Amino acid sequence: MSMTRNVMVFIELNDGKIADVSLELVCEAGRLARKLNTGVVAVAMGYDARNELMCLGGFGCDKVYYTDDSRLSFFSSVPYAGIMVSAIRKYQPGIVLFGATTMGRDLAPRVASALRCGLTADCTQLEIGDHGIRDKEYKNILLQIRPAFGGNIIATIVSPESTPSMATVREGVMKMAEPDPSGKTEIVMEPCCVPDEDFLTEVIQVVREESSVNLKSARIIVSAGMGAGSPEGLLLVKQLARTLGGVAGASRPVVDAGLMDRCCQVGQTGVTVRPNLYIACGISGQIQHRAGMEGAKRIIAINKDLEAPIFNIAHYGIVGDIHDVIPKMIKAYKAKA
Amino acid sequence: MGLKMVVTVKQVPDTHNLSGDAMKPDGTVNRNALPAIFNPEDLNALEEALKIKETIGGTVTAISMGPPKAKDVLKECLYRGADEVILVSDKLFAGADTLATSYALKCAIEKVGGFDLILCGRQAIDGDTAQVGPQIAEKLKINQLTCVSEIVEIDERSVCVKRSVENGYEIVRSRFPVLLTITAGANEPRSPSAKRVMAYKNVDSVVCETAYDETWFNPQSCNNVSRIREWNTQTIDADPALCGLSGSPTKVKKIENVVLTAGEVKQIPNTDAGIAGLIHELIEEHILG
Ligand SMILES: Cc1cc2nc3c(=O)[nH]c(=O)nc-3n(C[C@H](O)[C@H](O)[C@H](O)COP(=O)(O)OP(=O)(O)OC[C@H]3O[C@@H](n4cnc5c(N)ncnc54)[C@H](O)[C@@H]3O)c2cc1C
Ligand SMILES: Nc1ncnc2c1ncn2[C@@H]1O[C@H](COP(=O)(O)O)[C@@H](O)[C@H]1O
Repeated sequence: MSMTRNVMVFIELNDGKIADVSLELVCEAGRLARKLNTGVVAVAMGYDARNELMCLGGFGCDKVYYTDDSRLSFFSSVPYAGIMVSAIRKYQPGIVLFGATTMGRDLAPRVASALRCGLTADCTQLEIGDHGIRDKEYKNILLQIRPAFGGNIIATIVSPESTPSMATVREGVMKMAEPDPSGKTEIVMEPCCVPDEDFLTEVIQVVREESSVNLKSARIIVSAGMGAGSPEGLLLVKQLARTLGGVAGASRPVVDAGLMDRCCQVGQTGVTVRPNLYIACGISGQIQHRAGMEGAKRIIAINKDLEAPIFNIAHYGIVGDIHDVIPKMIKAYKAKA
Repeated sequence: MGLKMVVTVKQVPDTHNLSGDAMKPDGTVNRNALPAIFNPEDLNALEEALKIKETIGGTVTAISMGPPKAKDVLKECLYRGADEVILVSDKLFAGADTLATSYALKCAIEKVGGFDLILCGRQAIDGDTAQVGPQIAEKLKINQLTCVSEIVEIDERSVCVKRSVENGYEIVRSRFPVLLTITAGANEPRSPSAKRVMAYKNVDSVVCETAYDETWFNPQSCNNVSRIREWNTQTIDADPALCGLSGSPTKVKKIENVVLTAGEVKQIPNTDAGIAGLIHELIEEHILG
């Protein structure tokens, strides 16, 4: 391994299973590490999860520092942060990435506070570049790019004066590569030195509701906005989704109105999606919604208002009533396919 | 005796309701035209503290770090039932990132001392970082429970909460002292009480350089709390090197406004032929299967 500091990823385990976002981040860490000519390492903690971690090799992770202890079966802020802080002190990475999940967003700030280093939440893009502060030029540092101010500005944040640079990234923002079956990783067992009195959170119950739709991995998403927020409108949207082999999503007001399930919400406070095709039906295109779908390869907007902001980001615009347009689309697709 | 609770509240620009002059003609945001509001989830944190006070008793101290104008949100706390409010304000705090902010708030909370429960909003809408809460907890060396959507049970020694996590929730318990970050789903914040608005609308702030003493406020009496305390770096014994810009490891390298320019949108006529053409094009390009 080279002299340059490694890129480290926190591996989130839920019920002993690696979170998708952690795999996405290992891939992204690999991309950054190649630019820096360095390696990718990971830190994981949990109980009896050694086998689960083997797959990280396929995603390009060189080493996993794993702490195994029955007390670590469930997330608890103080012990998890303590283990992460020790690993960073011991292995001195240059960059540390966390998923912007509830666990990552609980853990990362606590770790950054203990190490007094910079942390940028919810990055949408990571790059390597240079930055000058006063008369000092910092080379090959992490550029952390994120929307701020309700998504109205895009800021590039750097923290070169403290090491490591830390960032959290939401699930679905970075791309997961196909695993290479020949990739191997070395699992380094770390002792758990956390005293019992640091386990301050008593976990009484964990309830995971398997979300019925998986928007994130859908290739085609047909989303309903308030313009399709009637029972008939929603029926049409779902019908179109089914016909095209996609899944139905929604804007927040539709979800808030109880018309669609919360896991269907696309946007800043919902899911970030990047499908091949996104069809926005009766969605005005406010910044908070766009934040979750702008990455789609193709966007079709159907809206009866020619001035709706969604048309500014759509590749194809259809000005019209969804009750009129959607049946035409279904008919046209059935005729072609 | 009851619980001693501290709520951190922030004044933020209203980034979510851009309208009228908030957008400049070139499509960028005019930040100066954004109204300053009470960070929404901090109102939920305050509400939770007030509900606890009503059920098991205690005192609620609201703290805000910010410019003098942040007194507005502290007054809003008084209107809703806070017992004591503190503005942490100093030129040295300018340019603080979350680390420097949490340091200043930690110093102020230590000055208040003797707390059982600290309640923060989950995140502030100007940055959506959700970092300050956990960072305060780390600096105070206490436990934290984040993303709390419900307080299930609370007594004199511990609290049991429901935390929202991906695809589900957790029920967890912690003894005091503990810091909670509260989400918007936790409650419906109350409106200001007309009586309290009358009592507090003209309150002034006092800069107190003297040591903080408990006798200064007496929750039983409205009149004794008719002021906003104002603390600076010296009052809270903060190290200036850890405050504001100099205590902030993150630096903004570049800011780009998101400009809403019209892209190359292809208008599809709303006719059978137009839509059939679009579907055909997408199938040709393997976007549709
Ligand atoms: C903190 C915060 C977070 C948020 N997070 C999200 C988020 O994650 N996701 C999200 O989506 N929103 C989010 N929002 C809300 C966001 O600001 C918008 O309010 C929301 O996206 C608007 O939804 P909409 O486009 O469905 O509804 P509207 O803005 O009401 O638009 C309806 C559109 O439908 C058109 N229309 C009406 N009838 C028809 C018809 N018959 N045929 C065709 N078109 C029709 C109208 O012209 C209009 O453009 C958030 C807001 C805040 C404050
Ligand atoms: N300047 C501040 N003054 C008081 N509380 C703050 C301040 N900044 C952040 N907070 C608290 O920390 C929470 C999270 O903020 P943030 O990390 O900025 O998203 C907020 O909801 C507030 O409760």
